[in-house]
Parts: sequence; structure tokens; C-alpha cells
Amino acid sequence: MRPYAMTRGRTSSAAEMKIDLIALVITEAEPGDDGGAQDDHSLSPEHLDIVERCQHQAVSVAELASDLDLPVGVVRVLVGDLLEGAHVQLHQPVPPAELVDESILREVINGLRAL
Amino acid sequence: MAFARSDRRRKPSADEPVALKLLVAGGFGVGKTTLVGAVSEIRPLRTEESLSEAGRPVDDIAGVEGKRTTTVAMDFGRITLRDNLVLYLFGTPGQDRFWFLWDELAQGALGAVVLADTRRLEDCFAAVDYFERRGIPFTVAVNCFDGAERHAPDIVRDALDLDASVPVVLCDARERDSAKDVLISVVEHAAQRAAGRREPATT
Repeated sequence: MRPYAMTRGRTSSAAEMKIDLIALVITEAEPGDDGGAQDDHSLSPEHLDIVERCQHQAVSVAELASDLDLPVGVVRVLVGDLLEGAHVQLHQPVPPAELVDESILREVINGLRAL
Repeated sequence: MAFARSDRRRKPSADEPVALKLLVAGGFGVGKTTLVGAVSEIRPLRTEESLSEAGRPVDDIAGVEGKRTTTVAMDFGRITLRDNLVLYLFGTPGQDRFWFLWDELAQGALGAVVLADTRRLEDCFAAVDYFERRGIPFTVAVNCFDGAERHAPDIVRDALDLDASVPVVLCDARERDSAKDVLISVVEHAAQRAAGRREPATT
């Protein structure tokens, strides 16, 4: 199947902002509840795959693309649709320059040491 | 729509997921994939890019004129440091014609590794240049291939004309501990830079 057929030919979504490669996607609903996504007939099986993967933990756009074997651009459009329908929440990464708290970097260093 | 980010300068709360990214750059075949694989479970990532913008001068589309996009594959890995704190590693595509992808990868990157092979040091000039110009903190990691002559880090520093603050380390990209040390060096360098930026304002 041609990848952008899943997005009905769209290469960008209604969401104006650019969804970052490491933006984290998570559903708002409790585990087991897909936030009404199953009942939304405008959604494709690929949309539902994304909702399912983001139910128990936040998953990055890059991981979704890799797991679903879809190009990043396609996943961006699909996630944009899910945002429009309020089926998922998006956590855009905080740019490093805005991380006022250095303890996060300290935590990263300690975490890497402990690997 | 449900965007979780509102105010600009703030400390993420403990239960808010934080994702950070490091880039692994360097010439073709220098060991980028090996290094990412040594510290994380490696995964392939596909992006589709428009040929008309990026590759027209290089991509031979004779006979496939209908083809408007090209697929670029790259590697990435995930390191979970704790619940809600994840570090992503992205291996940048080695070929020069994919430079346009770097801008997206570099945006918001915490820092970068420039992997160098002393037998082909010139292969990493472009990456060094790129991160210097964009002010992205980076460490030069010299991958010590079997049989390659070991060069002292200072010689590599001189050859690359690096700023004194840029860390230069020797590594074996196949070894997990060695690869970890390289990443730690990048994050420490980024932390020092951040601290340095803040100091003049407070004193």
C-alpha cells in the first residue's frame, strides 16, 4: 500500500504545529478504555494501532513510525488527526535551552552510568 | 486539541514525561550504527522526503519520473533512564545528500557525538562544522578500529581545529561501557555549557 494512501493523500494535518520526532503521544483514558477511538468511524486501523500503543505508556513519534513500519511523515498526519479528535495527548519535548533545572541533566548522567 | 505544553520556561514536573535526544554523526561506515546498538536496542526508522526539494541534483529518476519521494532510513535507539525520563539516540544519515534531514534531527537536540576515524578524519569535518555553527554541544569520539594507529586526543583536536572546551575521547564503539562514556561526555559538556550560560546573569 502506498504510505500516504492511509492519510488520504494528506502530507500535513490540521494541527498547525510541527510534531517533533521525539514528541510523546499518550492516551488520556484509563487502561482498557480507548477514549472512544473505537467508536470514531473516521479513524483508520492505523489510527487505532497508534491509540492502542499509547495506552499504557507515552510513546514517541519515532517509535510509532518504527513499530508500525510507517514513514515519520505519515505518523505525524495520523497523530495530528488523533489530536483533533482529542483521542491522545501530545507532550512536545522541552528544548534543552529551556530546561531551567540542571538536575535533569545530572539524572541523565547518573542514569547512563548505572546502565 | 490536547497540547500539554503551555508556558515556556519551566521545570517539568516529576510525573510529566521528559524526552531528550542525542545525535550520533560522522562519516559513512565510521561506526554510528554500532555505537547506537552498543547502548540501546536499535530500530530502523523511515522518513519519506520529497525528491524535488532534496535529491533532484543527485537522484537519477530517469525511467521513474513518476517517483516524487525517496525513502531515507536511519537508526535510532531508546534508553529508558527511569519512568518518564527517556533518552533517544539518532544516527544521522551518512551521505551528504541527506543533509536536509539533519535540521529536523538537530532541532532541540541536547547534544551530539561526532564519531571519527583517524584514517579518514576529513569525513567528520562536515559534522563538526554543522554542530559548531548551530551551537550544539558535541564530543568528538575517535573510534579506535583494530589496526588503526592510535592518535592522542590532542593531535585529533589540532587536526580538527576544535575549541578547547570540546571534549575529545577515544572509544571502541562496539563496547557498551565505552559507548556509555561517550554519551556521558556529551551530556556533561552540555550541562557545563548550560551552567556557563547562566552564570554571567547571576554574578
